[in-house]
Amino acid sequence: MKKKYTGGKIFTALTYIFLYAPIVVLIVFSFNSTKSRSVWSGFTFEWYRQLFTDDLVMSSLQTTLLVSVLASLTAALIGTFAAIGFYNMKKKWRSPLLLINNIPVVNADIITGVSLSLLFVSAGLIMGFELGFGTLLIAHITFDIPYVILSVMPKLYQLDRNLFEAAQDLGCTWFQTIYRVIIPEIMPGIINGLLIAFTMSVDDFVISYFTAGSSVQTLSMTIYAMTRRRISPEINAISTLLFATVLILLLIVNLREERQHKAEKIKEDLLEGTV
Amino acid sequence: MKKTICIILSAVVLVGLFSGCGSSGKETPKSKGEVNVYNWGEYIDTDLITQFENDTGIKVNYKTFESNEQMYSVLKQGGVSYDVIIPSDYMVARLISENMLEPLDYSKISNYSLIAGNMKNLVYDPDNKYSVPYMWGTVGIIYDPKVVGEVDSWSALFDPKNSGKILMFDNSRDAMGIALKYLGFSTNTTDESQLNQAYELLKKQKPLLQGYVMDQVFDKLESGEAAIGPYYAGDFLTMHQENPNLEFCIPKEGSNLFVDAMCIPKGAQNKDNAETFINYMTATEQSMKNSEFIGYTSPNSAVKNEIDVDDYSKSIMYPDDAVLAKCETYTNLPQATLDYYDAVWVKLKS
Amino acid sequence: MNENAESVRLGGVGSFLDRFRRQAFAYPYIIWLAIFVVIPIMLIAVYAFTSVKGGFTLNNFAGMPEYAPVFGRSLWLAFVATVFCLLIGYPVALAISRTTPKTQRVLLMLVMLPMWINFLLRTYAWMSILENTGLLNRFFASVGVFNWINSLHAGDPNYTPITHFQLINTDGAVVLGMIYNYLPFMILPIESVIVKIDPFVIEAAQDLGAGSGTVFRKVVLPLSLSGVISGITMVFVPAVSTFVISKLLSNGTVMLLGDLIEMQFTGSAYNPHLGAAISLIMMVIVVICMSIMNKFGEGEEQAVVM
Repeated sequence: MKKKYTGGKIFTALTYIFLYAPIVVLIVFSFNSTKSRSVWSGFTFEWYRQLFTDDLVMSSLQTTLLVSVLASLTAALIGTFAAIGFYNMKKKWRSPLLLINNIPVVNADIITGVSLSLLFVSAGLIMGFELGFGTLLIAHITFDIPYVILSVMPKLYQLDRNLFEAAQDLGCTWFQTIYRVIIPEIMPGIINGLLIAFTMSVDDFVISYFTAGSSVQTLSMTIYAMTRRRISPEINAISTLLFATVLILLLIVNLREERQHKAEKIKEDLLEGTV
Repeated sequence: MKKTICIILSAVVLVGLFSGCGSSGKETPKSKGEVNVYNWGEYIDTDLITQFENDTGIKVNYKTFESNEQMYSVLKQGGVSYDVIIPSDYMVARLISENMLEPLDYSKISNYSLIAGNMKNLVYDPDNKYSVPYMWGTVGIIYDPKVVGEVDSWSALFDPKNSGKILMFDNSRDAMGIALKYLGFSTNTTDESQLNQAYELLKKQKPLLQGYVMDQVFDKLESGEAAIGPYYAGDFLTMHQENPNLEFCIPKEGSNLFVDAMCIPKGAQNKDNAETFINYMTATEQSMKNSEFIGYTSPNSAVKNEIDVDDYSKSIMYPDDAVLAKCETYTNLPQATLDYYDAVWVKLKS
Repeated sequence: MNENAESVRLGGVGSFLDRFRRQAFAYPYIIWLAIFVVIPIMLIAVYAFTSVKGGFTLNNFAGMPEYAPVFGRSLWLAFVATVFCLLIGYPVALAISRTTPKTQRVLLMLVMLPMWINFLLRTYAWMSILENTGLLNRFFASVGVFNWINSLHAGDPNYTPITHFQLINTDGAVVLGMIYNYLPFMILPIESVIVKIDPFVIEAAQDLGAGSGTVFRKVVLPLSLSGVISGITMVFVPAVSTFVISKLLSNGTVMLLGDLIEMQFTGSAYNPHLGAAISLIMMVIVVICMSIMNKFGEGEEQAVVM
């Protein structure tokens, strides 16, 4: 006896409307011909034009992408190997280390940001460097790695315990074991961790705010500065473009997965048919 | 799945590279380095920055702060280096007393001779060693007479009948300054009992406020979201263009006259380029263009006669002597009073 | 016994060097952790207990009672936001889990999509909606809500006619901002846990005569608890420490812990020692809340962001 759950469906629909309404407002008013954010007076692409000629926005977009890509790749590298290392440790070493590893995740980001800035400023005084792209990158890597580790560890635990043995029996050095056997097995975990780390980096504001210094700005920092001054619908234009980009990316990823699924299903059916 | 990721990552990298090159298609002649400028928000004609870059080949990294106190915090925190900063009078005095400024090489700033006589040897930098005036102006009340009626006194900011439509300065010096002036005290007083009275007044005002703002005031007054708030004369002219209903008044109890000056903080990496920038902004043509755009008053003596603005704007930019006599300039306060200001400000906002 | 199991898992009683080498993979990261996670936190503690002149002091904490309203407000607003996220998020997660896997994927994607739009932009969006001259108030004005309310008080001499509802610059606006930003963080973990509940368990309960209410209370709810706890963690901690939401939606009239700390470092009242002291207390509060909740949940903490 299947229940209809209509109440639940309506409630869910309302929630989705709640989630998307402000975004729709942003998008609609990005085309508004006046600066007003609540009165519609006509259609224009002016704000998009201003956006593309705004050097600061473009360069901060570049900075954000660069930092996020570099940080998430580095985090994936260090994190995966760290996870493998942790996996091989005795529990009494592993537990406290994982606890410390979780600190950037659980801690409020303002504390991570402030503490890192204290570190960089003090170290900078002694060693003679400034806050800049380097410190920004280090900060991002620091809060990205835990997400990679938390994503890879479960995959490691799912590994068949005899894989190591089997590989070595077949003549692999431990080096080859890791690269040819273990890593391909845990790859989904690594990819997931990479994506989460990338998302966290792109979306970050607070930690970047405290560690980027005077010479670089990420997109979030630029947007924040824009909201503290006269607000131009350029912000709406940025939102619309971000939304469109993410939507397209997600559609692509999902469509590919759909096709892969279908291809696999067809293969399965064929095999079952012949067997 | 792996392939998809690779495609997406490469697309991301491509977008990143693409967004970096030729966004505005301007050509900087062989790069002569850069200069990091730290200024108030909405306080420069951005065309001038582009002009400067084209004329000199020096790239400008322009960042903004919201208040003198915020600028001070960022500088004190360390780890950053700016080449040109543009604080207000009392903050320049504070920076000098704390040894945070570099003396300027005036031989590289020949345009300094164009500065009006009454803008030299000011109280905050009596020997003219560390600063060059950028703009000056007055603080007054900006209001919509259709909503709050005629205004001629600070009392309008504390009046319950305007509740919910009042904005207030989001920095301790300007906020306390208004309260002190309204109570009839000097804005530079160190008398604790007077300061306490000012603080109590601000506390009483808080529930009536729509918010503590700095540059967010533009949107709010222009759109009619708020109806009254104190701000700087130059910004009033900008807001007046968007919303002609707004009016400006310097209250009868007196107000603040401020001078913002360009300085070079200690630790600046590009001192020469900084001096070039300062010199450029002081030239008559640039200072005038800047003044026309942002509405503030240029300290350059030739600008007053040559500036191309209507009479109403000119009367706001160059108030007559009677009004100026009522205005007091902030001086730097002793450390104990500064600590008091900080503590009281945090308590007020909490 | 334990040792044997461990050594089997570690790939046999192979050479010690082998195992050591595999552990060594983690060493670079351990050093990284020490420098960039442990030392910064110790620095905060150091700053909290020193004064500007450099000596040990408890003065930074002495002034704490003055900021009690800020602590209280932050904790209270974060609590309210978390409760609402739970009340909204749980049913939605439940509803999603009941659809086909294909629909689930789409719906989850739709929940995640707003998360990828910078949260500054999402908060800024609410400004246009909540302002006195914003969309909601204009809408109410255009359908005559204010005229109607004013007419109800027509005879009252003390009544000033209203032209808008005060929506922005209120505690409510800040809570709304928090709920809006963090709701997906509540929905996702709960949904991923509910989906893993074995449907046979539910069938068994129904076979034993439980009505749907009882099934929910006694079977689904307890089994989904670990997801609920993840969700609460991922909402409460950011909510307690945000400063952007309060800055944008309250224009400085509602001060939260995040604003207070930011003020001491890069804001309008420079005092890193006070800021560090407040941060330290915030960390302690968060740790206490986490351990209380861990007592309810069990097992290791995992970031359930799938």
